[in-house]
Amino acid sequence: MNRVTWAWAARSGLGIQRGSVMLFLPRGRVEAFIAPPGGRGHIPRADSIVSNVTAQPARAYRGPAGPPARGEGEEMELLQSGHGELIQPFDLDEFRQWNREKKLRRLTDKVMTEQEAVRQFVTDGCYIGTELYGTVRCPMSLAREVVRQGKKDLRVCGQGVLELDLWMAAGLVKKLDITYIGLEVYGTSATLRRAVESGQVEKCVEWSNAAITWRMKAAAMGVPFLPARSMLGTDMLEHSAAKVVQDPFTGIKVALLPALILDVALIHVHRADKHGNCQIEGISGFAGEMARACRRLIVSAEEIVPVEEIRKHPDRTIVPYYLVDAVVHAPYGSHPGENAYLYGRDEPGIREWVEMSKTAEGAQAYLQKYVYGVKDHAAYLELIGEKRLRECVELRERRMA
Amino acid sequence: MICVAARLFEDGTTCFIGTGLPMLAGMLAAKTTAPNIVLVFEFGGMGAILEELPRAVGEARTYHKGLSALGICDIMETAQRGFIDYGFLGGAQIDPFGNLNSVTIGDHDHPKARLPGSGGGNDVGSLCWRTIAIMQHDARRFIPKVDFVTTPGYLTGPGAREKAGLPPGTGPAYVVSTLGLMDFDPATCRMRLKAVHPGVTAEEVIKNTGFDLVIPGTVDNNAPPSAEELRLLREEIDPEKLYV
Repeated sequence: MNRVTWAWAARSGLGIQRGSVMLFLPRGRVEAFIAPPGGRGHIPRADSIVSNVTAQPARAYRGPAGPPARGEGEEMELLQSGHGELIQPFDLDEFRQWNREKKLRRLTDKVMTEQEAVRQFVTDGCYIGTELYGTVRCPMSLAREVVRQGKKDLRVCGQGVLELDLWMAAGLVKKLDITYIGLEVYGTSATLRRAVESGQVEKCVEWSNAAITWRMKAAAMGVPFLPARSMLGTDMLEHSAAKVVQDPFTGIKVALLPALILDVALIHVHRADKHGNCQIEGISGFAGEMARACRRLIVSAEEIVPVEEIRKHPDRTIVPYYLVDAVVHAPYGSHPGENAYLYGRDEPGIREWVEMSKTAEGAQAYLQKYVYGVKDHAAYLELIGEKRLRECVELRERRMA
Repeated sequence: MICVAARLFEDGTTCFIGTGLPMLAGMLAAKTTAPNIVLVFEFGGMGAILEELPRAVGEARTYHKGLSALGICDIMETAQRGFIDYGFLGGAQIDPFGNLNSVTIGDHDHPKARLPGSGGGNDVGSLCWRTIAIMQHDARRFIPKVDFVTTPGYLTGPGAREKAGLPPGTGPAYVVSTLGLMDFDPATCRMRLKAVHPGVTAEEVIKNTGFDLVIPGTVDNNAPPSAEELRLLREEIDPEKLYV
């Protein structure tokens, strides 16, 4: 077997496990060191060790039929390291152990209220993510409950619209692995601007949508990274925690995207049974990846159905029960956003946030009215009123007959 | 601008569509010159028939009567495998090499303005065969150097994409702006004026560009929107007047 340069084992401790760690460096230098038991804080940062590694110019493209020359491109050489912080360091063996010990094999009743679920699984300082695509199927009821309970110093995986705006407006977010936070057709987020430009959000580490999802996919696969051909050559790579290496099989350059294991994930679905078997209509966004890349998963569902309903169409179960820790019943759980085939966007509702969030005071008034001022999701729906909800249902995209 | 962008869609190709103006252009193309284009949206929709303008890249209209509705990995991996021909994008700033910025104005860690972030932009610019940017044209947006390279154009010039490891044979094809149509000089990879919109002069384009555009011997004139294109845009594509 060829010598593999494990120089990608990053300053962040990427892929480094307890016990003896060997770093094979280019040009015949070999460094070995022992990580202290139980902590990776003392592991020397690989960057400082390999700082004398000069980036090699890219090999010319050999054309479609050109196999890599023998002996070429067989070393995995670290060519570039992003300077962004790895906000959520990870340990795959610890994750295996977690899945062994903490994830129930048996079918048990996991239905609870949003208050119980958030109180039990969302902690101050945790790394948390929401799954959505724009304002579609966004877990808004759970996001509002996180604000109500005032969970602090959150480190957040940021592909978000209204829900992350609410968290930032409430001052809950400390660090962001950001892909896109904006108001889509209504433009940039004034809340994001205030939170980042004032320094309230201490760190923004940049990722593309594919990169952040592939990071979750790596965790879902139980491997330390996935190689990708995005992010290369841009400031995105510089301000991420990705690394660039030369692929040992073909000699091309690839970005290595470190696995992302969330402490807790929030996902809204169309239907779930009490055990947490979840089915989604329409596109699944990144629900499948995120559900498999977290320690704790809170699911909110438009409808809680008997397990027999799930068993009729097991092929439609995107998130199986064993990934799920809490099931919360939340009709219109994505309001004021939409949910495929169930209800459309409450456009005036979204515009209300767009307008009010232009100032910090306005954003606080919105939070007071729609979050702090109502005790739970049921009270929120009462505030919105049946008439408006019915209008959203009438706006929904219908399936063809 | 939308009509000129729509006319760039090549029939029978796969096109990755970003939020906003690219959606209008894609819809118009599908209704006019390119009835067989396959529209692809980043969160999982493929082959939708756009009867109504989507307001976001993930809403139900992006897979309305579609051919598949899977997830973000499927679409991004499909682009990475080389199956997506064109990517249509927007951006806040663009430079002579077609690099786009949608992350920060000013220093990244202490920004003057925090923009939304890459979203799928970097992936589209990295993985689709050719990209087409659709932008407002003024000297604050068309600048010599973008504050942050979010979406790769030709980076620093010829060969730079390949050197960085981006798939060979990819890169920006066109920039459609409020003033004209630009392509890229193959020798230098710098932005080149190709055609001006009706009523716009080459001098106006030059004046509103913060860097030296390559000006070829002849600059074409874009045909004005036809009556049918205008009718489709006003009555069928954007009756709510979100953009038009």
